[in-house]
Amino acid sequence: MTTRVLVPSGVLGLGFDRKALARGVAMSPDIICIDGGSTDSGPFSLGAGQSKYSRAATKSEWRTLMQARAQAGVPLVIGTAGTCGTDSTVDWMYDITVELARELGQELRIARLYSSQPAARVAEALAAGRVTPLPPAPEIALDDLTNIVALAGAEQIQAALATGADIVIAGRTTDTATIAALPLSRGDAAGGVWHGAKITECGALCSTNPTSGVIMVDFDDTGFTVEPLAEGARCTPHSVSAHMLYENSDPFRLFEPGGYLDVTGARYTALDDRRVRVEGSAWVPGSYTVKLEGARIAGYQTTILAILRNAHYAQNAQAWVDRLTGFLQAEIRTRMELSPEAYGLEFRLIGVNGALGALENRTGDPVEVGVLGIITAKTQAEAAEIGKLINPFVLHYPLTDDEELPTFAFPYSPATTDRGALYEFALNHVMALDDPMSAFRIETSDIRAEVTA
Amino acid sequence: MTLGDLVLKVRSKNAGPFWVTIDIFCDRPEVFQRLSGDLSTERVAELYQVSPDQLKRFDIADLRVIKFSLPRPVIQGSAADRDMHGAQYAALLEELTFD
Repeated sequence: MTTRVLVPSGVLGLGFDRKALARGVAMSPDIICIDGGSTDSGPFSLGAGQSKYSRAATKSEWRTLMQARAQAGVPLVIGTAGTCGTDSTVDWMYDITVELARELGQELRIARLYSSQPAARVAEALAAGRVTPLPPAPEIALDDLTNIVALAGAEQIQAALATGADIVIAGRTTDTATIAALPLSRGDAAGGVWHGAKITECGALCSTNPTSGVIMVDFDDTGFTVEPLAEGARCTPHSVSAHMLYENSDPFRLFEPGGYLDVTGARYTALDDRRVRVEGSAWVPGSYTVKLEGARIAGYQTTILAILRNAHYAQNAQAWVDRLTGFLQAEIRTRMELSPEAYGLEFRLIGVNGALGALENRTGDPVEVGVLGIITAKTQAEAAEIGKLINPFVLHYPLTDDEELPTFAFPYSPATTDRGALYEFALNHVMALDDPMSAFRIETSDIRAEVTA
Repeated sequence: MTLGDLVLKVRSKNAGPFWVTIDIFCDRPEVFQRLSGDLSTERVAELYQVSPDQLKRFDIADLRVIKFSLPRPVIQGSAADRDMHGAQYAALLEELTFD
């Protein structure tokens, strides 16, 4: 059976070509799937359980997709809702959906798939030898994690679709799971399904026009066909096969709950100048494991930014921060009774080695140097206090004792900025499950159109 | 001459929070052949200050791509991280002298 999946873009919140979406709806897809997040932007979203995209951008795009769903008369699925896919961001997305349903007068069944994991469940699995580290995994410690999620696969999305939902709002899933779920349940070839899902999960990134977003993928019993829907966008065997490289440490294997995809034998053929046919990908079944992600608070930060424009200071920026750091550590010890081990104080030189640090191997003659001071302390109050303490010295500290006090450029007042919590990723592990649903739960709600008297 | 002068593009990106992956798009088959032979894994490992056995290497002739994946020198988003998306790591390889 052929299953046609419409993918509006790589992620909700980044925009898509609305004309291309309308073209996709007119082609009668069986389902519309979009991803809502990833770990790309760092640990904050998962740590705090918040979306990184604005509510306004999310709502405006989701409105268009809810209208497309109503027109197509097929389910609409979002995976990893709200960037990190915690229960809190699933509920955030659900609120937006209910609000839009009322505004659009839509009657809907909504299924929410929850992926958050109580620490006790993971601890129990760990004790039973059912949690395995993936290299390079951090030391596992579960007590202080603010959020843990498990990445759902196709089975949990299938269970959510089986409720008869018009819209599925899924918590953390693998990037491919929402796209793979329906074709797998209809018996399309598993190798082709997972491969096609991986190729299209970033939307039009597998085409010659990456920002256009909208992609259609047809699955069947021997493989898949991918087609970009924006005017002038093309998929070529090269653009499609090269997508397996993207954000993938191994371009031939992709692990999913219940096995892995092997694309070593995949053949990519141009059907015409826009569409590519792929066959020969293999699915290798294995034990049923789900990947875990977790984050914890690793301190609280305050930052300060000064710009050295004076040529002498710009040329000697590293010597300046080395001398300044020694002086400040002594001041902080004296005035706050804090030893340097009790907090972090780091100055990064923007214009010298700001992005690469110790890996940088080029030197130059910068016009100016941005000195970004980052303080990490046990509480925000302590970080802020250290920031205030060092502020006048970051502004005026001299390179040598026998010179007039310099004054550098602070771009704003106050010069310090409290950043809040610093979160860190704390898990790179998989957890074995006997029943795919044992670590996930589904709730359904029926939204009725409001009757106006 | 640098490696960047020879090839179409060098791209780096996180592959999850714990890995970074670097793709060299050689474009021309003769450039792929040359780099495949002359660009040693040891030299790339040295550039990123990891031991060569930590580097995964893929020479993909069909795509004229050489791909390296390595455990991130610092975990994404940790206090010591300077590049959240890992996209600037590519610059080191792009600027590698290649005669």
